[in-house]
Amino acid sequence: MNWIVQYLWLIPALPLVAAGIIAVSKQPHRKLAASLAIGSMGLGFVLSLMAFLATLGHHGEHGQFREVYNFNWLQFGGQWLQLGWVLDPLTAVMLMMVTFVGSLIFIFSIGYMAHDQNFTRFFCFLSLFAAGMLGVVIANSLLLLFISWELVGLTSYLLIGFWYHKPSAAAAAKKAFITTRIGDMGLLLGMVWLYAQSGTLLFYDGGKGCLENDALVRMVAQTAATGMAVTTAIGLLIFLGAVGKSGQLPLHVWLPDAMEGPTPVSALIHAATMVAAGVFLVARVFPLMEVTLDSLAGNADGLPSTALQVVTWVGALTAFFAATIAVAQNDIKRILAYSTVSQLGYMMMGLGVGGVAIGMFHLITHAFFKALLFLGSASVIHGCHEHQDIRFMGGLKKFMPVTFLTYAIGMLALAGFPLFFSGFWSKDEILHAAHGWSVSHWPFYLGCAGALLTAFYMTRQVALVFFGSYRGGHSHSSHRSGSDLKSADTSAHSKEPHESPAVMTVPLIVLAACAVLLGFLGTPWWPAFQGYLGQHHGSAGGVVPLMVGSTLIVFAGLGLGWWLYAKRQRKTADEPDVLEVVRPDIFALLRNKYFFDEAYEKTVIALHAWFARACDFLDRWVWGGAVMLVSAITVGLSWLYRATDEFVVNLGFDAGCKGIRQGGDGLSKLHTGRVQNYLRVIGVALVVLILFLVWGRKA
Amino acid sequence: MTELQGYLLLSALLFTIGLAGAITRRNAILALIGIELMLNAANLNFIAFWRFGPNPEALTGLMFVIFSIAIAAAEAAVGLALIIAIYRHYKSVNLDEMNNLKG
Repeated sequence: MNWIVQYLWLIPALPLVAAGIIAVSKQPHRKLAASLAIGSMGLGFVLSLMAFLATLGHHGEHGQFREVYNFNWLQFGGQWLQLGWVLDPLTAVMLMMVTFVGSLIFIFSIGYMAHDQNFTRFFCFLSLFAAGMLGVVIANSLLLLFISWELVGLTSYLLIGFWYHKPSAAAAAKKAFITTRIGDMGLLLGMVWLYAQSGTLLFYDGGKGCLENDALVRMVAQTAATGMAVTTAIGLLIFLGAVGKSGQLPLHVWLPDAMEGPTPVSALIHAATMVAAGVFLVARVFPLMEVTLDSLAGNADGLPSTALQVVTWVGALTAFFAATIAVAQNDIKRILAYSTVSQLGYMMMGLGVGGVAIGMFHLITHAFFKALLFLGSASVIHGCHEHQDIRFMGGLKKFMPVTFLTYAIGMLALAGFPLFFSGFWSKDEILHAAHGWSVSHWPFYLGCAGALLTAFYMTRQVALVFFGSYRGGHSHSSHRSGSDLKSADTSAHSKEPHESPAVMTVPLIVLAACAVLLGFLGTPWWPAFQGYLGQHHGSAGGVVPLMVGSTLIVFAGLGLGWWLYAKRQRKTADEPDVLEVVRPDIFALLRNKYFFDEAYEKTVIALHAWFARACDFLDRWVWGGAVMLVSAITVGLSWLYRATDEFVVNLGFDAGCKGIRQGGDGLSKLHTGRVQNYLRVIGVALVVLILFLVWGRKA
Repeated sequence: MTELQGYLLLSALLFTIGLAGAITRRNAILALIGIELMLNAANLNFIAFWRFGPNPEALTGLMFVIFSIAIAAAEAAVGLALIIAIYRHYKSVNLDEMNNLKG
């Protein structure tokens, strides 16, 4: 066994140790905290690189490198629960991505959080998050994955609510936690069911794991309640966890609200890594999702499994709907958040229609350019004195040239600008696979529409933020009345936006370079990435016309956005949006996110509140009343007992004691201790005896 | 009045005097003397009943009294020793002060 496999646990353990040390160090130790966190991530990246190199040369029996290290964790009954980690291309790719992007974002955070007094706490949480995320990636057991998964959810909660003194941040943190919990319930159920069916939670265990052929054959033959295969049912339950974590319809509502956290957190957790964990989970359990009776029989032409169809549909719908919402948002981070939801939809769709390699390729490229975009937006927000509304920006191109250039690269990658940007290649792969999907063409159409919208809203955002003239200055003073703590000291600085320091721009440049270069690893003519992930690429036929088509779509979106927002720049911040003038009703619908939050408020939450009130009533009056009655009876009885005890038992006893004592007192008077007294008594008794004898004789 | 009655009367008188002395005297030595008087009254009764009894030839009464006197002498020695011990302890022979026997 390769030594790196044995020591793979070091990669998540390093940030965990760093988090522990930072947690106990004092607040002013900023340098220590930052260098520990970044150092652990950097070391993790080096180890990941070694792991990656180890997977490159060797090939396992199935044409793909895979080595596992399992160990017994705890025993219950006669069984051992096993945990373990696995090194395969999927793990290696994710490890590299997480540690690399994570390191850059950590470095960026030094600049962004420089003025925050809870700097060390921030790095502690970030490190903890990194540990959890890397744990998810290396896990070879669904249980270990679940543990890390929940750790990641916890740190997401902590970091969204990092500025917990803001009520909106606290509410967003709770919303994120509870919404993902709904999905995790499904994951937990799926896990339990999987254990019941296969008797193991290890993914790969030398032929005995639950993702390996024996277990799959056993499970696919059984049917669950509604006639679907057990694998499908378990797969769908696990997918529910992924839906929650990856912000898919209908559990996407938490992700845009999660932007209340510090922006590097949004970049790391809610764009690049954690939300991708759902996609990664589906990719990890892909053998379970994809298996059908047909595919086992070697019949490759059969329909894809139900689980994969669900994944595809959910992904396609999410990709489209989230893109439409993003069109009407004004908060720079919210646009990116909805874009993330939409791109995650693409990844899910990619997994559903094309398999692991296609979905994962988009995941990796997206991680880089979305981290870039978020960090760019952080730089913009930092430069604009904590303002996030794009209507109050504009013309930032000349104030922040580095940020503008890198942001433009990220935006073009996201929009899928042809040939030179990674997003183009990965998105095109998905559309190509969707085009060839045997079930329905609708996911393809939805994906194309989503691509158009993506190009459009990103152009809108860039046009409003970077082009035209700066609209923030005067409106900023008109908004001074707000009780924002920062407004006082920012107004002391210059009103002009300013470029960010090098500690923030250098990560942007590195990420921008990656956003361009990564795409060339997965072109249809040189599918290195797909080949590495063990997927033999299908025919490249029909790729070129499709590419031309998607290029046209992207150009249409870019042109439309340019024409509507850059050619006719808005003059003031309060002017209504161009689309709002044309169709106010639809625009309002989109701006309010299809009223998802309100609908949940009215249905699920109202039902929940009603149920809670009913429970409260039951608890307070029925159960509480019963308890109170019992307690009243008990108290009454105890009063009675006390009275009996005090006034009957004790008094009688006391009286008896008193009598005995008095008797004793009286008798002890006779006992004077004087010898002559006794003698006197004897003398008297003698006289009495004599008198008795004398008179007794006579009588 | 027969001769016996006279002796008995004398012995009763002697006993009464002894008893009165034993009861009324506060001095322990005088109380001991009272007790000796009562003992001698009893001895006198033994002699009288033997001398005027149905069988005066056998020397039983005399023997009895000699034993009794010997024992009384021993008892008096013990009593005097006790009194001396008490005196050493209490620096007094007043019987009213010796009331430690009560419970």
